[in-house]
Amino acid sequence: MQTVALKRVTIIAEAVLEERLVREVRTLGAKGYTLTAARGEGSRGVRASEWAGQNIKLETLVSAAVADRLLTHLAQHYFEHYAVVAYVENVEVVRGDKYV
Amino acid sequence: MADLGETLRLGLLSPMVLAFALGVAATLLRSDLKFPGEVYTALSIYLLFAIGLKGGAELAQTTLAQFWAPALATLALGVATPLWCYALLRRLGRLDVADAAALAAHYGSVSAVTFSTSLIFLEGLGLPYEGFLPTLVALLEVPAIVVALALARRQLPGAAGGADWGGLLHELLTGKSILLLLGGLVIGFLGGPQGLDQVAPFFVDPFRGALTLFLLEMGMVAAQRFRDFGKVGGFLIGFGIAMPVVHGALGVGLGTLAGLSVGGSMVLGVLAASASYIAAPAAVRLALPQANPSYYLTAALAITFPFNLVIGLPLYLEMARWLHG
Repeated sequence: MQTVALKRVTIIAEAVLEERLVREVRTLGAKGYTLTAARGEGSRGVRASEWAGQNIKLETLVSAAVADRLLTHLAQHYFEHYAVVAYVENVEVVRGDKYV
Repeated sequence: MADLGETLRLGLLSPMVLAFALGVAATLLRSDLKFPGEVYTALSIYLLFAIGLKGGAELAQTTLAQFWAPALATLALGVATPLWCYALLRRLGRLDVADAAALAAHYGSVSAVTFSTSLIFLEGLGLPYEGFLPTLVALLEVPAIVVALALARRQLPGAAGGADWGGLLHELLTGKSILLLLGGLVIGFLGGPQGLDQVAPFFVDPFRGALTLFLLEMGMVAAQRFRDFGKVGGFLIGFGIAMPVVHGALGVGLGTLAGLSVGGSMVLGVLAASASYIAAPAAVRLALPQANPSYYLTAALAITFPFNLVIGLPLYLEMARWLHG
């Protein structure tokens, strides 16, 4: 089967950021995304999400350029003050032209 | 003072306060009791919407002459309380701008659960109160948050926080607590008492039960923050107790001046004294992420909320009785 090399960007963040992140991910060029509720523990300890909802995990399949834009955006706006984890993986996607 | 003894007994031994205590006990005893996140969300949606509906139906029967003075007093409280909270926290508490503004937003805004508990407390004593009081909750919720965030933005130009003012106001006004309260008020107002009758079996009668369950959860969440007492320090613990007493007295006084009954004046005191933990934490987390959530959540939830529930309610009632002679 024919596949296309793409990037999968995964963002794990406080639930209060959901609307903002979804909006921004689309603005920065992602064609779609998958959102799931996430639980876990990290280096930051206390956060508002203990009270105002769990964490979210947002995954999106994008081109290398968009992945870079997403990470730069996250670094500029979120890493300093919010509990946010982000990483990129190389993936082989079926019907890959849908995502760029 | 048989009256005072009875007031205290009713306050302390209500199912709501006892459920809160059970929640605290569950956490301290490390019970495996845990509310699914969806239950907490569903209960808060139910409570906020029910408060709005009931208040709106009552507002439909209120004349402007009864309403304008208490509404004005409420708005004045919402604008003024964050200003002196902020100054006090900065000067005496030596907190940084973001933390002081975050706390000012929480203490200027209002807790709908404390408000509901105070109404049930009054009903238990057979004391009447004005039906439009839930409208005052909606009026008090937003201004303090806006004032406090404006203070922070003035002091911290270029602060991180993502959205611009437009986006911020949008997030604040479309947040679930404001949307449900205001939406409920409008629906209740348009439908009037007849409209409310149609949904009363769901939104009015089971309200106290749902509130009791919610307070059980609140007790657990509050107790989880007890471990942060060391982090927040003596000043904030004192602030979390002294501020509601000062604001409570002010609210009772303004309510009395605005022509509210003993019950209504007491409730305005409760509104002024209570600290928000639904609307304010979400707004502050988005707009002022550099503020430490340990401070504002612990102060509002683990100090001021239990204080108001157990000591505040009877205290503000006695203030109102004293002022009304």
